[in-house]
Amino acid sequence: MPKLTVDGIEVEVPAGATVLQACELAGKEVPRFCYHERLSIAGNCRMCLVEVKPGPPKPQASCALPAAEGQEVRTDSPLVKKAREGVMEFLLINHPLDCPICDQGGECDLQDQSVAYGRGRTRYTENKRAVTEKYMGPIIKTAMTRCIHCTRCVRFAEEVAGTDEIGALYRGENMQITSYLEAAVKSELSGNVIDLCPVGALTSKPYAFEARPWELTKTSGICVMDAVGTNIRIDARGPAVLRVLPRVNDDVNEEWASDKTRYAPLGLSKRRLDKPYVRRAGKLEAASWAEAFAAVKTGLSDLSGNQIGAVAGELLDVESMVALKDLMKSLGSDRFECRTDGMALPGGGAGAYRFNTGIAGIEDADVVLLVGANPRWDAPLVNTRLRKAVVKKGAKVFNVGPEVDLTYPVTQLGDGAVLGKLPKAAADALKSATRPAIIVGAAALTRGDAPAILAALGKIARAAKIGAEGFNVLHTAASRVGGLDIGFTHDGGIAEVLGSGLKALIVHGADEIDTNLEGVFKVYIGHHGDLGARGADVILPSASFAEKDGTYVNMEGRVQRSYRAVFAPGDAREDWAILRALSEVLGSKLPYDSFAALRARIAAEWPHLAEEGIAPASGEIDFGTGGDFDAAPIGRFIHDFYLTNAVARASEVMQDCSATLLHGAPALEAAE
Amino acid sequence: MTIALLEDKDRIFTNVYGWQDWGVKGALKRGDWDGTKDIIAKGQDWIIEQVKASGLRGRGGAGFPTGLKWSFMPKEPREDRPSYLVINADESEPGSCKDREIIRHDPHKLIEGALIAGFAMRAKAAYIYIRGEFIREAETLFAAVEQAYDKGFIGKNACGSGYDFDVFVHRGAGAYICGEETALLESLEGKKGQPRLKPPFPAGAGLYGCPTTVNNVESIAVVPTILRRGAEWFAGFGRPNNVGTKLFQLSGHVNTPCVVEESMGISFRELIEKHGGGIRGGWDNLLAVIPGGSSVPLVPAAQIMDAPMDFDGLRELKSGLGTAAVIVMDKSTDIVRAISRISYFYKHESCGQCTPCREGTGWMWRVMERLRTGDADLSEIDTLLDVTTEVEGHTICALGDAAAWPIQGLIRHFRPELERRINERKGAALAVAAE
Repeated sequence: MPKLTVDGIEVEVPAGATVLQACELAGKEVPRFCYHERLSIAGNCRMCLVEVKPGPPKPQASCALPAAEGQEVRTDSPLVKKAREGVMEFLLINHPLDCPICDQGGECDLQDQSVAYGRGRTRYTENKRAVTEKYMGPIIKTAMTRCIHCTRCVRFAEEVAGTDEIGALYRGENMQITSYLEAAVKSELSGNVIDLCPVGALTSKPYAFEARPWELTKTSGICVMDAVGTNIRIDARGPAVLRVLPRVNDDVNEEWASDKTRYAPLGLSKRRLDKPYVRRAGKLEAASWAEAFAAVKTGLSDLSGNQIGAVAGELLDVESMVALKDLMKSLGSDRFECRTDGMALPGGGAGAYRFNTGIAGIEDADVVLLVGANPRWDAPLVNTRLRKAVVKKGAKVFNVGPEVDLTYPVTQLGDGAVLGKLPKAAADALKSATRPAIIVGAAALTRGDAPAILAALGKIARAAKIGAEGFNVLHTAASRVGGLDIGFTHDGGIAEVLGSGLKALIVHGADEIDTNLEGVFKVYIGHHGDLGARGADVILPSASFAEKDGTYVNMEGRVQRSYRAVFAPGDAREDWAILRALSEVLGSKLPYDSFAALRARIAAEWPHLAEEGIAPASGEIDFGTGGDFDAAPIGRFIHDFYLTNAVARASEVMQDCSATLLHGAPALEAAE
Repeated sequence: MTIALLEDKDRIFTNVYGWQDWGVKGALKRGDWDGTKDIIAKGQDWIIEQVKASGLRGRGGAGFPTGLKWSFMPKEPREDRPSYLVINADESEPGSCKDREIIRHDPHKLIEGALIAGFAMRAKAAYIYIRGEFIREAETLFAAVEQAYDKGFIGKNACGSGYDFDVFVHRGAGAYICGEETALLESLEGKKGQPRLKPPFPAGAGLYGCPTTVNNVESIAVVPTILRRGAEWFAGFGRPNNVGTKLFQLSGHVNTPCVVEESMGISFRELIEKHGGGIRGGWDNLLAVIPGGSSVPLVPAAQIMDAPMDFDGLRELKSGLGTAAVIVMDKSTDIVRAISRISYFYKHESCGQCTPCREGTGWMWRVMERLRTGDADLSEIDTLLDVTTEVEGHTICALGDAAAWPIQGLIRHFRPELERRINERKGAALAVAAE
């Protein structure tokens, strides 16, 4: 633990810390552009120069200089001030002063730091450099004349995203940042370079010229596009969600977000169900809430108990599912299910269906067995952790299932049946590992032979002495673990819920399966006119994740709270309120009149859902007795990363990404 | 203290003019590869001690003691992290042409030096990174390495010493910055040639992250002769701390431009009189000299004439020995244009990685171009000087310094000339306006 002084203040820093970190510990601000905590050190912007003794008689880049015992660091000397002014002047001589028309305005590092550390005027009278725009795909808008060559985007693409797609061409003052052959950046994390860019060179194409940061209302939320539970900030102006940015949470998403997290929410203003509908003479007609509830009552009259079923979709919060479950119970039915994809899970406590190693914990795994999982699409931010484990810490990854490019080396083992007798190399590696992990994905668990796969995994786990802490289910649905926690399940699974004897079905935001069943009265509660709403007899418009407070449980079992950023459009109402009102019409009133009362009811039965964080879970897992393997190869669970739910499908940006990045449609040129 | 001229018997590079065979036969006749096995048998520590005792300082420009540099290498290299010797033959400094002559005419001195130096620092292999434009030289070097392998001088059991040592030749692609040692390593690894941050220094983490020493061609090529003739012999030339013989490269307005091996510390006048055939038009016609390649500040005629040509002597004149590439300029030279051209070179060769150099070199060149024609304001001279100080010492590598120094030298010694041009142009403009 070296001790040093910064401007006379003595600080003790952890071994391996840099002088810049020491300055921060001493409470001294050091300006920087290229330095970023989560990227490698480049030391090229030269903004963080400080004076260090002992050392050469010139200022040193503090971001790259190891802190050492007895150093005397000065951040306030005339030498440092002049060095900063000089670097600032150099950065600005070729940077256009187009702040009034630049989207970065108001949240620009260069703007802020030139106010704080610049001279206020330039001595440069020559012509400025101009650089042609680069095409980087549907998400990143470029204005490369503004680039200050900090190479954060290059390092992000190379180190975190794992796709060597961004780099620098030419040298000297002609150096340019560009994507390889000016093709679209094909990473599902590409949007992060927009946040990383300290200037307005890389900005958000969909958000271009939409708003200034000070006009936006910023609300903390939780992303529901996958089961990672990415912490987000929802930026809205009036009724519209304009953009979504990640919040820092080292346990979950660090400070990244996938492109789906960022841009799917733009679909919240498209294809919305904003008033109730009732089917009359075969046609859906707009109706009032009273008419819609009456229609539901009529449809459910004479039905009892298990003639009524319910399915919960992938984007739901815990509160909505509890209200629906309570309603079903009060109707005397236990025919409800949240595993709409038919996922089979091992028996046991919560540990049997969670990602037990943890999203941050998987970084420390040394041998990983993937079964029917494609983390790059199922959960991109779990994939970045796995990439870290492999690239930085030398972990080995074995894959059972289709071959995919996960951005790091993977040993391909074969198909499901290979689990019956694991190749020696993989078995030995798992056995000798100190922190092994098995990750099983939806593609394996939704197959007919899931019991066989689970039983085989049980054997492998026993042989390699892998406990529950090394068993992980890679969920893809944001609502899933919450639904399982509150027991929104039916013993026979989704097949039995939708099977014989069903007379009426409440479909709550379930858009990924076909719920149009012959002779079944269907009520759809949801916010988008997608697959679930099709064929419904009554449609009750509800609020999306951005339009209500809610609790979400991510794949690790982490309980997180999201807050309302905007109001639901038109007549749409929050889900719990709809169910509460409906229950009164049906004559079995739910016992809570406010959202707080609902939360209190949840806390009473499931205390762990009342507190944010991960509650301990039982470590017992019953892998079952197995069955026969199916010869058909394991497929992919997600076929189109950008269009996995109703909100994403409504987002034009996601449609564009899907078309150009996955299906090779030609990129549309602007102004043609 | 006057330094005696070097006698022929004390020359290390006896074929620097190519009058004899460059190949292995000629090299053997000149005494190369003589008793290499015995030198190796004396052990690593002995070699490093001898090189330290000889006072050899790096010939690439910075003048860091060579033996000391070698001693930074790990004494017991790990199996998975072998040590490497990298030889910098990317000679691109304008004015420098000594490494070229060595490779052209005496390549076996370099290869033998590589083996001995590599053995001394316990390296597994040597990489010679040769400048892309040196096409014929690279051919010679490839052929010479081949000859050495055929003779068993290098490779498995090199020279019968029991030490395995490989020598690889790698051709650059013609970027000046790849002569900076860490940019060279990046380029050698197949990446964009951009200098690395230091620390870590190459001796800790160099080529492929392994311990590496980067040496100049001349530093390596003189080692076998030093070891054969003794450290005291080499240390006997020149002044204290500036010893040995050195290849000087005389170019510009001398009557007989040449590359010549001379004793360190020889006076400029003697060097030019004896080997350069005198200044074109006589000593009164001398304007200024750039004594160490384009990156060092120029020295005006009056100061350089009797100055000793070595590291410390030229540092006292606020210049440097650099690579000992002496560029002589007589009074026909447009000195502002000359320095402006050098500025253009550094603008062109800046790698673009770090801010002061990327932005500053272009700025400095543009102002220099206007100063050349006088199209500037008097205050811009001081502004330019200030900009050079903002580049100097603020960059990752020394290219920023190299771009700043020539301009600083110009302003230090030729400010009246700059002012004259500005005033004359202003006067002309006024005269036009008055008409």
